[in-house]
Amino acid sequence: MGKITAEGNVEAINYEGFQLTRLDTVIGAARSNSLWPLPFATSCCGIEYMASMAPNYDIARFGMERMSFSPRQADLLIVAGTISKKLAPVLRQVYEQMSEPKWVLSVGACASSGGIFDTYSVLQGIDRVIPVDVYVPGCPPRPEQIIDGIMNIQALVKHESLRRRYSPEYKDLLDNYNIENDIDGK
Amino acid sequence: MESKLTNEQVLTALREQFGDAVGQEEQTTDHYLNVYVTAESVHAMIEWLYAHGEFKVQFLTNITGIHFPDNDEDQKMVIVYHLHSLQNNFRLRLKAYLPIENPSIHTITDIFSAANWLERETYDFFGINFVNHPNLTRILNEDSMDYFPMRKEYHLEDETRQDKDNRFFGR
Ligand code: SF4
Repeated sequence: MGKITAEGNVEAINYEGFQLTRLDTVIGAARSNSLWPLPFATSCCGIEYMASMAPNYDIARFGMERMSFSPRQADLLIVAGTISKKLAPVLRQVYEQMSEPKWVLSVGACASSGGIFDTYSVLQGIDRVIPVDVYVPGCPPRPEQIIDGIMNIQALVKHESLRRRYSPEYKDLLDNYNIENDIDGK
Repeated sequence: MESKLTNEQVLTALREQFGDAVGQEEQTTDHYLNVYVTAESVHAMIEWLYAHGEFKVQFLTNITGIHFPDNDEDQKMVIVYHLHSLQNNFRLRLKAYLPIENPSIHTITDIFSAANWLERETYDFFGINFVNHPNLTRILNEDSMDYFPMRKEYHLEDETRQDKDNRFFGR
């Protein structure tokens, strides 16, 4: 027998050349370290997000080398900036076009709550139209905060159960937002 | 740069041409000609200023509205035309009162194509109806909006928000 180690509560048995572990742990690790973000950047927070992408902060270190500007190939929707009510249906459509599993990061006060724009034309938080996984506070948040948000997303991704997207809770969540889904909820 | 025209010169010419349709002049700090006219005469006046051999007021800077909720019933809406004569470096504003019940005025898209979007914007925010406009629909706000947000009876703030307790904001 090789060396037996316990990582988290997963037991791994190491022989030379291979390792035994649980499938969902492997998938979780793979997913969380190769997220393809779709930046939905509309204003000042978007600039800060661009700074996070640039060499100084470099979110490519987290496996996000490629920004996906096509929702079909993205798994992380990063909403950075003010979303006007007129833009809300567009954001929602982008979200619906992403394939499961998908996560949403809301960057900044505007995306999270409307921010300083408490006015007739601005959506008071994107969670009125799509479900959000992690909120990053700040106006604008510094790149460190955005990276912290991304790392929180990675933690979620790593530990998400493979069955979550088929669960009745998840179906309820989507139904809550009137988002079409074909989860049978069993 | 100095303008080649004076306010008096243009105002006198307007009065000669349109008589009583030209109302009182308003003094403003920017010293542009700022004059109230009747809503019916606006179209003819802008056309006349455009075709005038000397004035050549051929640039439309802006169209907007103002809501005065405390005015008399038939003077609650005001429409403002900002016009510019590039050749003479002369600017003027024409203003006209409209009733709040049915604020209608003839479109000037036949004189200035630029008026198309400006009139749509004025309709969008103030609900002013431009008769004969080719496509009078909302331009900036979402189509499902059912009010005109720049009228003063509507709150500027989003009323669907529940986390704002007036007590905490001193009001
Ligand atoms: S939260 Fe602040 S910095 Fe970010 S988009 Fe809104 S106003 Fe701009």
